[in-house]
Amino acid sequence: MARIIGGITTSHVPAIGGAIHKRLQDDPYWKPFFDGYPPVRQWLAQARPDVLVLIYNDHGLNFFLDKMPTFAVGAAPEYHNADEGWGIPTLPPFPGDQDLSWHMIESLVADEFDIVTCQEMLVDHAFTLPMALLWPDQRWPVRVVPVVINTVQAPLPSASRCFRFGQAIGRAIQSWEADQRVLVMGTGGLSHQLDGTRAGHINKEFDLKFMASMIDDPKWATQYSNEELVELTGTQGIELLMWLVARGALPDKVEKLHSNYHIPISNTASGLMLMESRG
Amino acid sequence: MKAGKRQIPGTTIFDGAQARKGYALNKMCFSFNDAANREAFLRDEDAYCAKYGLNPQQREAIRARNVLQLIEAGGNAYYLAKFAGIFGLDMQDIGAQQTGMTKEQFKAMLVAARG
Repeated sequence: MARIIGGITTSHVPAIGGAIHKRLQDDPYWKPFFDGYPPVRQWLAQARPDVLVLIYNDHGLNFFLDKMPTFAVGAAPEYHNADEGWGIPTLPPFPGDQDLSWHMIESLVADEFDIVTCQEMLVDHAFTLPMALLWPDQRWPVRVVPVVINTVQAPLPSASRCFRFGQAIGRAIQSWEADQRVLVMGTGGLSHQLDGTRAGHINKEFDLKFMASMIDDPKWATQYSNEELVELTGTQGIELLMWLVARGALPDKVEKLHSNYHIPISNTASGLMLMESRG
Repeated sequence: MKAGKRQIPGTTIFDGAQARKGYALNKMCFSFNDAANREAFLRDEDAYCAKYGLNPQQREAIRARNVLQLIEAGGNAYYLAKFAGIFGLDMQDIGAQQTGMTKEQFKAMLVAARG
């Protein structure tokens, strides 16, 4: 049987792509952000995941408002990145794991999560940049299964629903009859708001509480409605839903091996957590 | 916005009403994923906006390069970012414009959130 070895949650701001391209990792603005990742890479080198289930939100590369799935699962042999409109360089393609994709699709629908399935799927910066942060040589040592959550157009799935979706993903992975080590990642957030006269909204107190809750009280954020979460964390801070899906997929007990929090990257409070499964 | 929906100061939730209102505008911005379309827009802005059927409010907001007007016209932040990208504007430029600050003031506000 497959085993979930742990989870990583991280922010995914487009500007990170520009910084990687311009090699600004040691620039004083960027260093506190990039310095968060080497401990995660060291862990990955010894933990050796075979497959990565990566939960993110598409920002208008693969999906448009003509057809907007609430939950979508990739089932492609390979996933490509593409121009998102502002010229950050594209990254090499990512090998898919169609066996796990279809196993997850079967298991999730049986579990009453009626996801959209995608045999072709472009992956945007929310997928590619976290990959480049974990594996800077961009020679991907894992196969991937992308999972997309709608955070573009309300109504979005609630925090509680997202957590339960994550639990269903966890059950799907654990019932996969393959001797494979699976890593789960959720990307987005933390607090930020790009639009409106409240642009620039950041809520450090909430973010730090939320990060602590991931370890000790993973359902803590599910007490809030999405409107409350937008009020607390900003219109794009709601991307913390991806962290909740990822956390839901992990065992009840996890150990925090590493975390980082830095304000600001672009307009965003950036967060990073590495959690290892216990029990 | 319908009665009973939560009002968050300085914030527009992109819901069904906004998605209906802003469809043409967002569809045009979505097309800017493609470099050839960005060039076509710059070559003949009027023709490009007409092709997507922008209404007068949307056309004026595009002409003004005004983010708050674009949101009012139904624009979604993720698609509008692709429009801003044509002019090389980053998120601090956009934030400064919407809050009436200089870019330096806006960046200082973000740093101040460290507490």
